[in-house]
Amino acid sequence: MLLSALIFLPIASALLVLVLGETQQRARQIALTAAIAELALALVAFVGYDTGSGGYQFTERFDWISAFNIQYLLAMDGLSAPMVLLNGILGLAAVLVSWNVKDRPNQYYMWLLLLQGAVMGVFVSLDLVLFFVFWELELVPMFFLISSWGTGRREYSAMKFLIFTFLGSAFMLAAMLTLYFSMPSGERTFDIMALVGRDMANLLVPTWLIFAGFLIAFAVKLPMFPLHTWLPDAHTDAPTAVSVMLAGVLLKMGGYGLLRINAGLFPEQMADFASPLSIIAVVSVLYGAFIVMRQTDLKRMVAYSSVSHMGFVTLGIASVAGTGTSLSSVGMNGAALQLFTHGTITGLLFVVVGLIYERTHTRHIPDMGGLAKQMPLIALGFMVAGLASLGLPTTSGFVAELLIFLGTFQVFGLATALAAFGVVLAAGYILWTAQRTLFGPSMARWGSLTDARPVDVAAMLVLIIPIFVVGLYPSVLTDVFAVGIDPIMAGFSLVGFGG
Amino acid sequence: MINEAAVWAIVGLPLLGGFLIIAVLRPWTRSLWQASASVGIVAIGGAFALSLWALNSVRGHHGESIGFSPHSWFTVGGDVTQGAFELTIGVLLDPLSAMMAVVITGVSLLVQVYSLGYMRKAANAEDGAFVDYPRYFAYMSFFTAAMLGLVLAYNLIQAFLFWELVGLFSYLLIGFWFHRPAAAAAAKKAFIVTRIGDFGFMLALMWLFSHRGEFLVRGQNPFEIPDINSAAPLLSASLVTWAALGLFAGAVGKSAQFPLNTWLPDAMEGPTPVSSLIHAATMVAAGVFLVARMFPLFEASSWVLNVVALTGGVTAVIAATMALVTNDIKRVLAFSTVSQLGYMFIALGVGAPGVALFHLLNHAFFKCLLFLSAGSVHHSVQTFDMRYMGGLRAWMPVTYGLTVIAGLSLAGVFPLAGFWSKDEVLAAAWSISQLTPGTGAGVVGQATFWLALVAAGMTAFYVFRLIILTFHGEFRGGIEAVPMADRAADEAHSHVHKGESPLSMLVPMSVLGLMAIGSGAVLNSVIELGPVPAHWFSHFFNEPSPELVVWIAGLSMTLVLGGITLAVAIYGMKWFDLARMPKQWHMLNRVLDQRYYMDYFYETLVVRRALFKGVFLASDWIDRKVVDGTVDLVGWAGRNTGKFVGQLQSGQVQAYGIAVSVGVITLLWTYLVRS
Repeated sequence: MLLSALIFLPIASALLVLVLGETQQRARQIALTAAIAELALALVAFVGYDTGSGGYQFTERFDWISAFNIQYLLAMDGLSAPMVLLNGILGLAAVLVSWNVKDRPNQYYMWLLLLQGAVMGVFVSLDLVLFFVFWELELVPMFFLISSWGTGRREYSAMKFLIFTFLGSAFMLAAMLTLYFSMPSGERTFDIMALVGRDMANLLVPTWLIFAGFLIAFAVKLPMFPLHTWLPDAHTDAPTAVSVMLAGVLLKMGGYGLLRINAGLFPEQMADFASPLSIIAVVSVLYGAFIVMRQTDLKRMVAYSSVSHMGFVTLGIASVAGTGTSLSSVGMNGAALQLFTHGTITGLLFVVVGLIYERTHTRHIPDMGGLAKQMPLIALGFMVAGLASLGLPTTSGFVAELLIFLGTFQVFGLATALAAFGVVLAAGYILWTAQRTLFGPSMARWGSLTDARPVDVAAMLVLIIPIFVVGLYPSVLTDVFAVGIDPIMAGFSLVGFGG
Repeated sequence: MINEAAVWAIVGLPLLGGFLIIAVLRPWTRSLWQASASVGIVAIGGAFALSLWALNSVRGHHGESIGFSPHSWFTVGGDVTQGAFELTIGVLLDPLSAMMAVVITGVSLLVQVYSLGYMRKAANAEDGAFVDYPRYFAYMSFFTAAMLGLVLAYNLIQAFLFWELVGLFSYLLIGFWFHRPAAAAAAKKAFIVTRIGDFGFMLALMWLFSHRGEFLVRGQNPFEIPDINSAAPLLSASLVTWAALGLFAGAVGKSAQFPLNTWLPDAMEGPTPVSSLIHAATMVAAGVFLVARMFPLFEASSWVLNVVALTGGVTAVIAATMALVTNDIKRVLAFSTVSQLGYMFIALGVGAPGVALFHLLNHAFFKCLLFLSAGSVHHSVQTFDMRYMGGLRAWMPVTYGLTVIAGLSLAGVFPLAGFWSKDEVLAAAWSISQLTPGTGAGVVGQATFWLALVAAGMTAFYVFRLIILTFHGEFRGGIEAVPMADRAADEAHSHVHKGESPLSMLVPMSVLGLMAIGSGAVLNSVIELGPVPAHWFSHFFNEPSPELVVWIAGLSMTLVLGGITLAVAIYGMKWFDLARMPKQWHMLNRVLDQRYYMDYFYETLVVRRALFKGVFLASDWIDRKVVDGTVDLVGWAGRNTGKFVGQLQSGQVQAYGIAVSVGVITLLWTYLVRS
């Protein structure tokens, strides 16, 4: 029942905080307790996952709607275990960074916890319908959090986020149902475990149509160019904690879906579509980075850097187009690792940006300067996140990008080389931003600002620790991911150098 | 015989020292800055002792490494023998890494002792709020650890890891006074420009990995340095060429060679001891080290070697010309460093890595000393602008004497250190042109020989220009004479203090002075010198002993003396008045002063115009108007369609309505593209 507990602990806590959290202090006490407990549970699940025996573990299977063979099916494998942990980490960071929310704190924390529970459901559901339910459930808290606690054009951004994701979901729903009904009547199932490895060639509907439906849903979420324009708006107008969750775990649902469903269930179509995917990846990386350079709003800057960095995920997945000796699972492992590392790194960037905004009440970069003097700890947090984002060795960002580049170069040489130049551009925009906000002479108008409080330091540390742990000892994640990636790679013909 | 743990400790001690300072001392003893300095100095002293032990252990190994086997750090993608990725880490202790470790720890030790005196002055400066010396000593320790990690690396990815960390601490130290806009900008520029080179390094790693089959059939790891070097002659030509070229791009960035040379002069915004350790003696030599480390790979492609030599030759001359007209004493030295690194690349390119390393060693000593002298001068006059110096020998006799020694050594005057290694470079270039006349390598050897010779004459000129402008003639007022507009914000209230620098600065400088005199003549002597055998350095690297070619030595000495004479005539005797030179001379002067407009080209034309106001602006516009515009248009159409058919539909279905229409279009489009 561990996985059910993972989903329903935050959801139950959400109800609890709504009822009992009338005061700000009470609300955040409950939310903090829930987030810590959830992280502890996620750690138990992550550590408890036995990589030696691999496969699906902690499985919970109950009939739900037996007429359509829909099940309540939860399980964890090597791919989802790190994602569960990521969600636990980001959830705690999000609660810590919301410490100052005064407006209807009970409702705010309710939505935040509900969001975490829904995302947890996405990562551990192995039934397509259940997966879809959690996928949609996550939209509700996001919509209310952005539109009620956001800033700027918050209603517009919330609606834009909703419509974009909804459109994507519509494709997913259609693809899911088509898949189900195009199977022979005795074999119809939504069970992903059962669908893995099944021959998708003889369906009633062309398989690539189903594949494309899922792909569009996940491409919106990741997001891939040109379906990314909801992201900067949503990020800019969302409250800090929501930006943290959005960059930290919601985008990862897109990458997770690509790996779990597109690559896992439709390897043949995936390999066919890898070439266009590699082009989309390069465009996302470079075009995203170009746009970052022009941004004057800190949050928009980080948002576009996410578009750029999620392009690396797409690139790593595209490496499955290799044949014979050029096919290896290194790129796919890198893509999976990038999901985790980008979650922590960009989560940290948004935490830091939020802390700066909380003090200066502006995100306009030209208004800032010399902040490192007033807030050395926040500046340190920014530098850690920034350097990890530009892929500095010893941080997790380097490991993930290195694996993606090494794994994909042999398959798409030019595309990988071009995408790797994104790392140079990242150095440009990160260090330029640091120069304009943190360095230079300190400004009189920011003279009275204070540095991070203990709770802010805690929020940063929660994310800094995994950045360095994974950066210095990648096995802690790569060995787990490999267990989840290997069955997916089995769908692609892996020959190797000895064979 | 040294053991593996002790070699790791060479890296580990300064690393530990850095952590101790930043995590334990800094939060408590910000005012007791000597405590952090002591920790840093003790740690690096221990590393120095261990490095000497390591050096002693590799003696008698005839250029071979001591066989410490690497350890597997992590693997990805299954079975390594089937082509999975494996990162191994280990220490590669051979003459090259042992020598580099001794140089790095030795110079770092001297520079940190010097910092005790130099930074105390700054610690008393008026903007005390920014004085944070624990941070300074922590960064210095971390830098040293990273540099040691780089030279001892067994695996190319491991080397890349430390290579990047070295760049990080260079960034943090250039920007140490981050409240100065110039320092913050210079730090960023240094990191980004070197990263363009590192992009090449990364491509080389990808290239090696994608050709791992060639290594796997030999049971080797595509990233382990000894494996690559031993396999290099047998590997396919394309593998060798592109891998070597990529690594060389990394070296060009780190060693500030043309065309990535623009960051080093700006890096002089960092504290002077930083310039002397990082931007003269160690980090900028990392490119030379990398090529020397992978030399068998480079040797396997004569084409790449020619590129290396020509890059070095062109850079040696270009940088020397820039140094001729510069007024900032540290920037003169920075150009000089770039030029001398060019010499080392010439030596590498003509197939003489031992010669390159010999010059690296000598250069580390005399150039480090020159920077420390510049710091000592600044200690007195508070400015680096030579136009406001002059006559300093009156109250800085020791600094003056040491500067002259280092200057003569840099100029390559017999019998100081610089003479011997510079002469070996010239002889190596000449000998390859004689051995293989008419071939590409021969022509390159000939060309680089003349380029190096021209640079030698110019070097002598700018060194003596520097010495005369700084120490001779009348004193021109120091910082107090600098117009307020030209001073940095924190220099506004600085005062000249006429006196010699403290012993903590002069003692390390004197040690370097001894090396600048003797390291060339003693370590690679042409004759046996009692305990030191002849050509000890060459034998240590198991390289052929270079001959002293008398006519080359005579020719270069003539050019050097000519350069010195000209400098004395212009700046000392004032026999010519430069202001009265013809117009063309002033135009040339301006081109040199603007560094051939390279910064203008990169920063204004490429970055600002072509990228920021071109590609980036266009991308941003496309994103807002075209990509997002389409979204808004679809949304607008959706809303109005909704109004139109509002009676038939309710809210939710609207969204699905748009979904279906977009879906159909997309599917049709996908279908058409595919068929």
